[in-house]
Amino acid sequence: MEVLKKYPKLFQWLFLLIVFFALCFGIDVPETYKFIRGQAEFVKDPNQSAFVFLGKEVRYYAFDVFWRLPPLLGWLPIWINDSLFFLMNDWMPMEFWNEDTQEYKTRPLVLQITRNLTAFMTFLIELIREILLGGLETIVAFTSWDWIDANPWAELPGLPWTIVAAGSAILAYKLGGKGLAIYALLSMTYISIFGQWKPSMQTLSFILVAAPLSFIFGLGLGVAAFKSKRVEKALYPILLVMQTMPQYAVLVPALVLFGVGDHAAVIITMIVAVPPMILLTLLGLRAVPPEVIEAGRMSGCNNWQLMSKVLIPTARRDILIGVNQVIMVCFSMAVISAFIGAKGLGFNLLLALNQLNIGLALEAGLCISLIAILLDKMSLAWANKQVDYFGNLNFFQRNKNSLFFGVIVIVGILLAYVGSIYFKDGYNYLFEVPHNKGISTANFWNKGVDWIFDTFFVYIKAFNTWLIVDVLQPMRALYLRMPAIATLVLVVGAGYLIGGVRSALVVCGLTLFIALSPWWDRALVTTYMATFGVIVSCTIGFTVGTLCFQNKHSSKFMLNVCDIFQTFPSFVYLIPVMMLFGITDTSVLIAVIVYATIPATRYTIEGLRSVPAGLHDAATMSGVTKFQRLFKIEFPLAFPHMMLGLNQTIVFALFMVIIGAFIGTEDLGQYILKALSDKKGAGIGLTLGICVAFIGLIFDNLIRTWVGKRKKHLGID
Amino acid sequence: MSEPVIKCQSVYKIFGVNAERMLKEANGNVDAKTFQDNGCIVGVNNASFEVSKGEMLVVMGLSGSGKSTLLRCISRLTDATGGKIFIEGQDLLNLNNKELIDLRRNKMGMVFQSFALLPHKTVLENIAFPLQIKGIKTEDSINKAMDMVKLVGLDGRENYFPRELSGGQQQRVGIARSLAVEPDIWFLDEPFSALDPLIRKEMQDEFLRLQEKLQKTIMFITHDFDEALKLADRIAIMKDGIIEQLDTPANIVLNPATEYVRKFTEEVPREKVLLIKDVMDETTSSDIGDLKVSKDEIIENVAEKILTQEKTVAVTDGKNNIVGSINPIKIINTVFGGRKNNN
Repeated sequence: MEVLKKYPKLFQWLFLLIVFFALCFGIDVPETYKFIRGQAEFVKDPNQSAFVFLGKEVRYYAFDVFWRLPPLLGWLPIWINDSLFFLMNDWMPMEFWNEDTQEYKTRPLVLQITRNLTAFMTFLIELIREILLGGLETIVAFTSWDWIDANPWAELPGLPWTIVAAGSAILAYKLGGKGLAIYALLSMTYISIFGQWKPSMQTLSFILVAAPLSFIFGLGLGVAAFKSKRVEKALYPILLVMQTMPQYAVLVPALVLFGVGDHAAVIITMIVAVPPMILLTLLGLRAVPPEVIEAGRMSGCNNWQLMSKVLIPTARRDILIGVNQVIMVCFSMAVISAFIGAKGLGFNLLLALNQLNIGLALEAGLCISLIAILLDKMSLAWANKQVDYFGNLNFFQRNKNSLFFGVIVIVGILLAYVGSIYFKDGYNYLFEVPHNKGISTANFWNKGVDWIFDTFFVYIKAFNTWLIVDVLQPMRALYLRMPAIATLVLVVGAGYLIGGVRSALVVCGLTLFIALSPWWDRALVTTYMATFGVIVSCTIGFTVGTLCFQNKHSSKFMLNVCDIFQTFPSFVYLIPVMMLFGITDTSVLIAVIVYATIPATRYTIEGLRSVPAGLHDAATMSGVTKFQRLFKIEFPLAFPHMMLGLNQTIVFALFMVIIGAFIGTEDLGQYILKALSDKKGAGIGLTLGICVAFIGLIFDNLIRTWVGKRKKHLGID
Repeated sequence: MSEPVIKCQSVYKIFGVNAERMLKEANGNVDAKTFQDNGCIVGVNNASFEVSKGEMLVVMGLSGSGKSTLLRCISRLTDATGGKIFIEGQDLLNLNNKELIDLRRNKMGMVFQSFALLPHKTVLENIAFPLQIKGIKTEDSINKAMDMVKLVGLDGRENYFPRELSGGQQQRVGIARSLAVEPDIWFLDEPFSALDPLIRKEMQDEFLRLQEKLQKTIMFITHDFDEALKLADRIAIMKDGIIEQLDTPANIVLNPATEYVRKFTEEVPREKVLLIKDVMDETTSSDIGDLKVSKDEIIENVAEKILTQEKTVAVTDGKNNIVGSINPIKIINTVFGGRKNNN
């Protein structure tokens, strides 16, 4: 009794668990229940029940409502789909002038808008692509094919790779100094020599279009949100959902609206990349000291001057960190949008993975990683670079980088010309190394994979079998054994205990949405995989983080490792695991674990680091041992931050589980992948994406509320 | 008597959603406690005063007393909830945005506690900023800014960035920036509070030197009573949004109006604050001695001379006319008498 009085919360939690388990054991599995066909399926079966809502028929297998709720939201995907279809094909037909046929043509408004948007994006991408790789589309767009035929000199080639490589090195030097320049030069040369030039430049041109556009929109919306509370309130829920929505899922509606190709990918990339930009802009503007704003006002700034001359320059660093985020999101989308036909490295990677050519996949993946690190380091260097005073430099000093670049262009063109004489018959290697003519190590890697399989097959197989049979299957069965009502009680109860009525209502709403959608069972599978991944990741991450923290150098080293790993697009993680474990659930889970361990480790180290030095000294002077200090001082204080790490770990794990559908899992991701190849998949894809986002948001809400309270209690920030 | 430069009539600033309605209902009788119970915080409570041309009014108060809020009402960085504020006869609260910007571009300058310099601009660019905002040609603004750099003694550092300067130097930039447009009215919001004591004293002296030269109309905010005594023509002491007393430093030290004010004055070394004219008798008595002291001397400087006299000492004005007298006993009484310990 004393214990209960001392820890009233503990008693409440115990009570919640007892109710939960009572419900679990009290409600039996219905005899007709079979996983996967558990709920609504879009097949006809006499055993199904059906209802009609808003003219849409929803068919499902009915169970006791305590066991599984009926999919009352089953009409939603169909409805979204039909509305989109209606918007695209029937809504507001209007007369539009057609340039090609020189006559008016009737087209629905939305279709016309999306087609124009598409054409604009295609134009931008082609423009940059043709600068880097050569081509005619842009010139043709301004003139005509006939004009090109008459003026063959206009058939300009792209830039030789030497110029692009040296140019990026100069830019890297300007932003980050010698080290970065050498890295830029080496990785560009590597890409060229290994024959990945063309796809790399395609990916790069994609980013060069998507990133600036996302930046502009993000900055604009961020400023609007800063100025108006109403805009901020309207944006907030969208930002929240977009943060936890798997990037995969947004591809599906884009497919319907904009079709297949780079342009659709750019537009959808913007949708994903704008939210972090908005958040960081807002954060940066909020962090501008009020006195600086007042100083601006007292200097007589009007609103525009205040924004452009005071607020944005002062928030420069945060905004540029936003640019860094935008670039990284664009890059990972450039890879993922290979699914909707974007060209470039991602496409090659996808192709290689589909053919199970691990060697090729590895090469493409390496290029992706090299470019990712380069872009990340360059944009970070830009953010951290402080403005310098140039007034007292002479013309040459001020413009040395541009002058040097001019020299490089001339030298590069000369080299390419020399090359064209030297390599008379074959390919001009000084201009561009063709895709299949570079050095390739694919065979070597493939042999390596074969060797691994031949040598370790027995062990890997044994491990695999053990994991699946003894750990994963039982865990999955346990998750599926939970009656819907029990899960609901557990989640809502936890919400109430952590954050009161408000939190309880929020998580209840989020859970109900999933429970009433036709994919509750699949959501449970997604959750089980994510849970498994998170548990292992956190164990590893917290341990590694704590160990590394014991030494200044090791913790710095570990943070750097985390930085680098985080820049890789999630898709790249599938390559090595497929190499080692083939196509099984184990592969997915290992990818999840590797990917999700990054935030767990990072936040552990950061949390432990954030313990004030004064407390350290105070503890040391009280004569604590290393362990006492760790457990009595550092862990309790770092714990809230570590919990934020847990939050990130969950989001990362969910992303990876969904992407793992590519290897083959039976969860929400599988359906998203299916929706990608389904003409009527838009509604399904979107709803599934929202379901995944909501799983993330449930944990997000609970953890954040808890952390907020805990931090307040401890008096941190 | 010419028009006061700054004139406040019953200025109120109340924070909270219902502030305006509550103020109306209170009918000029604002009680902080009742407002607080209704979710409103009273920042400034019925402030009325005038500042005339070339005068320096120092507003003194502890943190949360509403002194900075009062300043922000007068510079209209926040809008006052009630009352009227006149700047050179113009009704400040009725200005539209454009007129307000004009006023700030030409008439007002402000210095901030945390310096509030723009981190991406050099010293020179920071100082030229208000001029460029106004639309003055780059060359002219740079020339003008260079004059300001010299005025505050930062020559040679004009191309430094704020991050490369010490706190005192940064505040010099802040002062130069606020003076660049040659404003008539100069607001200083705890300008020296973030500085080390030694630098603070140096900056105060520098500030007095500048003011002697420029003769601006000044509102100076501080939480440091000694600083207020040192700089002010008049001091307003604020507590909980109310101006407790507004008077010359001497009168505040000699006749504190409330208990709260008296607590501040207790520890003040009066001989360092009071002038002869503050304590002299207007009448000239018969047994006056040969010694003459100027009425504008600080007591400390002449105390030794006076106290060694047995007779009453004559007090003269600037033209050496005798305007009054002072008895050594009076000096002793003012400096050492009337204190708590002696009671």
